[in-house]
Amino acid sequence: MKNIKKYLGLMLVMSMVVVLAAGCGNKENNTATNGGNASSGKNGSVYFLNFKPEIAETYEKIAKDYEAETGVKVKVVTAAAGTYETKLKSEISKSQAPTIFQINGPVGFQAWKDYTLDLKDTKLYSYLSDKSLAVTEGEGVYGIPYVVEGYGIIYNDAIMKKYFALADKAVSISSTTEINNFETLKAVVEDMTAKKDQLGIKGVFASTSLAAGEQWRWQTHLANLPLYYEFKDNTEFDNTVLAGLASKEVQFKYNDKFKNIFDLYIKNSVTKEALLGSKSVADSMAEFALGNAAMVQNGNWAWSQINDVDGNVVKAEDIKFLPIYTGMEGEEKQGLAVGTENYFAINSKASAENQQASIAFLEWLFSSEKGKAYVTNDLGFIAPFNTFEESEKPADPLAKEVSAWMEKDLTSVAWTFAAFPSEEFKNVFGDALLQYAQGNKTWDEVVTIFKDTWKAEKAK
Amino acid sequence: MEKSIRKYFALFALPTIIAFGIAFVVPFLLGIYLSFTEFTTVNDATWIGFGNYAKAFSNQEFLNALGFTVKFTVLSVLTINVFAFILAMLLTRKLKGTNVFRTIFFMPNLIGGIVLGYIWQLIFNGILYKFGVTLTSDATYGFWGLIILMNWQLIGYMMIIYVAGIQNVPKDIVEAARIDGASRSKILRNVTIPLVMPSITICLFLTLSNSFKLFDQNLALTAGAPSKQTSMLALDIYNTFYGKTGWEGVGQAKAVVFFALVALIALVQLVITRRKEVEN
Repeated sequence: MKNIKKYLGLMLVMSMVVVLAAGCGNKENNTATNGGNASSGKNGSVYFLNFKPEIAETYEKIAKDYEAETGVKVKVVTAAAGTYETKLKSEISKSQAPTIFQINGPVGFQAWKDYTLDLKDTKLYSYLSDKSLAVTEGEGVYGIPYVVEGYGIIYNDAIMKKYFALADKAVSISSTTEINNFETLKAVVEDMTAKKDQLGIKGVFASTSLAAGEQWRWQTHLANLPLYYEFKDNTEFDNTVLAGLASKEVQFKYNDKFKNIFDLYIKNSVTKEALLGSKSVADSMAEFALGNAAMVQNGNWAWSQINDVDGNVVKAEDIKFLPIYTGMEGEEKQGLAVGTENYFAINSKASAENQQASIAFLEWLFSSEKGKAYVTNDLGFIAPFNTFEESEKPADPLAKEVSAWMEKDLTSVAWTFAAFPSEEFKNVFGDALLQYAQGNKTWDEVVTIFKDTWKAEKAK
Repeated sequence: MEKSIRKYFALFALPTIIAFGIAFVVPFLLGIYLSFTEFTTVNDATWIGFGNYAKAFSNQEFLNALGFTVKFTVLSVLTINVFAFILAMLLTRKLKGTNVFRTIFFMPNLIGGIVLGYIWQLIFNGILYKFGVTLTSDATYGFWGLIILMNWQLIGYMMIIYVAGIQNVPKDIVEAARIDGASRSKILRNVTIPLVMPSITICLFLTLSNSFKLFDQNLALTAGAPSKQTSMLALDIYNTFYGKTGWEGVGQAKAVVFFALVALIALVQLVITRRKEVEN
């Protein structure tokens, strides 16, 4: 009995010690945060939820630099690829919610309109060189684009030169720049596949990544082309995004063009069609960087992914862009797909000083010397702001290529996928593409799924 | 002593009760409330009544996931318990190194589900590559993949419980049965199994509820591919909640239905197997 009492007493004392220790710990924490707030007190603080995992480290550096310069604390959190919406949904309901987040255009704005602040009167909006790029509703401006990007087929010019130097090549052209339609592209690609051992490659195209969460290059970027042309035929609207947003149904009338290029990708790939379900975008960028493949469909943001691969054999000057030719009539005049789905929004439910601090941070990033240097050199953004001089354009080969293609006398393909009804639509279509590649679904079934899902998701 | 424990009951139980309230009761009630509302984030919701439940049940994906989950649960409960019991029988004999084997069989249970899922994905894909297919080629691959993974993970754990049960069977009863001339299978059926019934109750409960609410392994191994055909209830709820804008309430409604289902099945199973337990 005495023993039990002794132990009980001991336990009580111990638990009290634990509680006290915890209490003290808390107090210390509190003073620490209070102290932190005191130094940046009136300036508020910034919580930036970053969308692009490939440049997460750069943002961390910028945040540190900004804090050193202005004393304003910038917290950067990056969502893993394909999980931005998920992350945002859970982060924004916290008491320390992101003050800067990102919406992906008019559709994303609809989902987040309760949380977006009107940015009409900010300097950031006034910097925008083309005001029509912003996401607006009525008089208000709710999303500001911060980067113009382009995508197409990236190719390794060294391999292409090697191919065109072959004595027994089956095509009459003698350089990649002469490829300006699907027919020529197909002839070149298929001949290259036949001679892949001579060229020292495993396939012409890097793997068509179709694993879950890795399909965006096809269900979004590639699907953009047929729908761009379909909506362009609808002359009631000024641009294809508006036409798309107004379409309750789609015909997917250029689906055969999609099939053309998709078949070409999966049949001339490093990986066999049936095995594509396990491939990721990183896999295919690595294949390209290691010289296993001559071409890969992706955008200028992929430069860091190519450049950072260990054992990278592709030289910067050999990396070039080619538009995605699908067999459309008059596609000789088609350029790269250029646009943006990256719009900054400021959390309207954050405190006023945090909102001001966030806007100030963005304005600093896109107008100060230091900020602009980060944007051009480290982030590699082609920023759509008039604060950037001609000489302040990014120097990475893909971004330079995008600028060069935009200056040519060609029509860039607009990013019509801003009008796609939902993530769900894209994923269902992506899954159908995987099943088609594996031979479990016919192309007609894929087309039906595409149309039905569009209709169902629009009806919601 | 008794008295003082009773006197201080509240004091000692309070921390746990508070923790339980914060971490379980409040979110649970909030979740039920949210299933009747439309919301983007949990902080602002508007009441809409039973709309979410109607949507959940008219949604083919939910019913598919339910079917897949039931199929998976039935098969995995059977296989896991049969294999675990056999292993336990083998490892309670006087074999050399039983302890080493027990430890080895138990170890998979210590690895997290996500990790297991990715590792097994590599293994399965590695094997299937040889035949020119992947885990995503066909829903049956994913199904059997999940069954194998689940067996591998849980057999050891269940085995330990059965071992404890079997070791508790009094030696004299078995010996008496043997002297009376009962065959091995008769001893197993009429002596051992009735006496290890408490272990069977626990094992069935654990495997049943674990299989029914499987999530990490499912997410890591197949993520529902191809075309959501291998997504189980928990994954479907997650995808509805996070994947579809405007469907958060529906996801919540599905979760409430899911809770009711798991609770009901587990309770029914407990009552049934409890009845079969005998005193030794």
